[in-house]
Amino acid sequence: MKLIHALSIASLVFSSALSIAQGGGVSPEELLKPLSKQWPTYNGDYTGKRYSSLAQVNRQTVKNLSLAWLSQLTPGADSAPSDGRPGRPAPVPLIVGGEGPGNINIRAGSIKGSVLAVDGTLYVTMPDNAWALDARDGHQLWHYFWKTKGGTHIGNRGFGMWNGYLFMETPDDYLVSLDARTGKERWHKMIANVEEGYFATPAPIVIGNHVLVGVGNDIDSPGFLQSFDPETGELQWKFYTVPMQKGDPGADTWASIDAARHGGAQTWITGAYDPETKLYIFGTGNPTPAYTTGLRGDLDNLFTCSLIAVNVDTGKMAWYFQTSPHDMHDYDSAQTPVLFDGMFKGKMRKMVATAARNGYYFTLDRVTGEHLVTSKYGLDTNWANGLTPAGGPKRDPGKDATIPGSLFSPNSSGTINWQPVAFSPVTGLLYTYEVNSFSLLYLTDPDPRGSMGLGGKEEVHVGNTGSYLTAIDYRTGEARWRHRFYSDGIGGGGLLATSGGLIFSGDGAGSLVAFNATDGKPLWNTRIGQITNAPQTFELDGHQYVICASGDTLWSFILH
Amino acid sequence: MLYGINCQACHGSDLRGGDMGGPNLLRSQVALTDQHGELIIPIIQGSRKAQGMPNIGLNDEDAGAVAAYVRSVIGTIGSQGTPPGQKKALNILVGDASRGQVYFAAHCASCHSATGDLKGIASAYPEPTELQALWLRGGAGNAQQRTTARKATVDVTTAPGKKVSGELIHIDDFLVTLKQSDETERTFLRKGAVPLVVVHDPMQAHRDMLPHYTDHDIHDLTAYLVTLK
Repeated sequence: MKLIHALSIASLVFSSALSIAQGGGVSPEELLKPLSKQWPTYNGDYTGKRYSSLAQVNRQTVKNLSLAWLSQLTPGADSAPSDGRPGRPAPVPLIVGGEGPGNINIRAGSIKGSVLAVDGTLYVTMPDNAWALDARDGHQLWHYFWKTKGGTHIGNRGFGMWNGYLFMETPDDYLVSLDARTGKERWHKMIANVEEGYFATPAPIVIGNHVLVGVGNDIDSPGFLQSFDPETGELQWKFYTVPMQKGDPGADTWASIDAARHGGAQTWITGAYDPETKLYIFGTGNPTPAYTTGLRGDLDNLFTCSLIAVNVDTGKMAWYFQTSPHDMHDYDSAQTPVLFDGMFKGKMRKMVATAARNGYYFTLDRVTGEHLVTSKYGLDTNWANGLTPAGGPKRDPGKDATIPGSLFSPNSSGTINWQPVAFSPVTGLLYTYEVNSFSLLYLTDPDPRGSMGLGGKEEVHVGNTGSYLTAIDYRTGEARWRHRFYSDGIGGGGLLATSGGLIFSGDGAGSLVAFNATDGKPLWNTRIGQITNAPQTFELDGHQYVICASGDTLWSFILH
Repeated sequence: MLYGINCQACHGSDLRGGDMGGPNLLRSQVALTDQHGELIIPIIQGSRKAQGMPNIGLNDEDAGAVAAYVRSVIGTIGSQGTPPGQKKALNILVGDASRGQVYFAAHCASCHSATGDLKGIASAYPEPTELQALWLRGGAGNAQQRTTARKATVDVTTAPGKKVSGELIHIDDFLVTLKQSDETERTFLRKGAVPLVVVHDPMQAHRDMLPHYTDHDIHDLTAYLVTLK
């Protein structure tokens, strides 16, 4: 007891000496470094590995990991004027922006994104809301509220940062830039039209002097990725993920250019970046209409459900690989890919891997897009038979939606959905969720023109055969081990790997858990509820912090 | 009325595209963003002849009324782009009841009987889609609606000869909670294989079957079960 007291005083003195610099930004050069003491971009670093070099919390010490603080965040303009802590009566500065009427408050906010941890400050978002918190005790420094015009309020994946500026997307399709120190708005720019059905959840990613911004849409609109100037907010380029004109690449994989222009392939998850080749690699969403072929024709429908590499300066595509050719189950392939170097068949290769929502895992060469490995990691995945010549799963048309019902796995939520995966260069394993669910899929709109959006079907969930944390060997695509969750649903909101030999995740049964990265054995847990984002870690004042969210509450743990 | 006369042949009675090749207006970015005819009226009056849309020859007022009608239908689009209109009831009973009966005898009869627990099942669940999901799941999806016979139980053996049993309330890697016959709950800490925990889930057989059904099996069995009135 005495020792703990002495330690905490020492850390207090230490922290006040350092806190002078608090609230500083992150330069584009710093963003090129591997994930270490700060967490300055959506995936921690550009590789998408979510692998931290911090090792203070490790297989031996994790038993001493316990609560440092928690912070509950209330969305809305009229949320509590102070953070309600004893001894902190000062009101939290509230900054209000937005073009809506101001009478739409979405109360049921939940933290489903990444927190930026930069220079002793945490930057947290929910749809229409953002906060800066002091990383040492979680108290609020400012709260930004956006008056929305509408749009789908399903989640917000967090901020991007360029020097002292923050960037977030809003459900009604604006890119908003804030001053990190004050939360004051610098500007906002329209990135899509909410009336066309677009909504925006992704965390912008800053690369050099580009802010890359994706969008979502369920109603038969083209997907695109845009690049904005971080200083002025001016559009630099716009890359469409479906052919927009006759003769565009991929146009011959659609029955008509009109079908392609309504073909989807939304860009709703942040990708990864390879500085050597200047390629930004990201996944695209489902084709629309999602469950019926109709007017889109029976071909591949490029570039839906694909990994795409674009040059970050020009916005021009270098290569693509389709992970769900002619998707018929809403199997978005937007998942963050993971970049790593390693041995493959006796040669060092620069690779990219993705565990897709459709139950299949892929390793590719990330410079050329050359296909290296495809495997079925969903134990009961049944919608495809074998592979196409390109290495994608070959869809079984018998498992499309039918009038009497087709039993398919995984269901449309997928073996994994938006949740970030992790990769450890030490184990050579990619860690992913694997939900083996079954649904009946009824065709309810047999109109030969096809349906619209995600309509035209009825999906009825009928059971699960197991939900796992699964560790995949990138060389073979085979699962090295599976840890079964005591829940039919997905374990948590994503994964974190550390050089302490640990994997952090929710377990779907009410705990944050640290698993042994080598064999998946649970080593530590704390019962804080369902974990709604991917756990993260950073270092401050000599402490390694582990943070994660459950709903509206951010939790912070250190070794005691 | 104006739409029916002037537009329907190309764009369809439901606005989703017609026999003459006109595009679906419900997913048209022009129609979706039109506020009060400012985008639609010029097109009706011939601004897109080059793209194949003829001048319909309506005056501003009539073209404005058509635009308002298009917007009103767009307003009835469901969530996630679901097209407007009532879902038609489709007949899902395409299976062969006699083949279903054979399948039942081979795969279901060790636990179920057409004259016993499933007697009258088709009267209790007259909607075939509901019945089909019900038998695949092995009962109502909601745990509260399950009868005692379908609830999981658990045996926790803390030491040789010391076994506590009851209804399974919660289990994870770290804790197991059960409800004993006297309605009291007990929770045990789990550490690896200690204590020994054995779950008995009567629904397990239904889950284990899911990867093995063909869609024909399912449709045949449903066709058979609907005869058990």
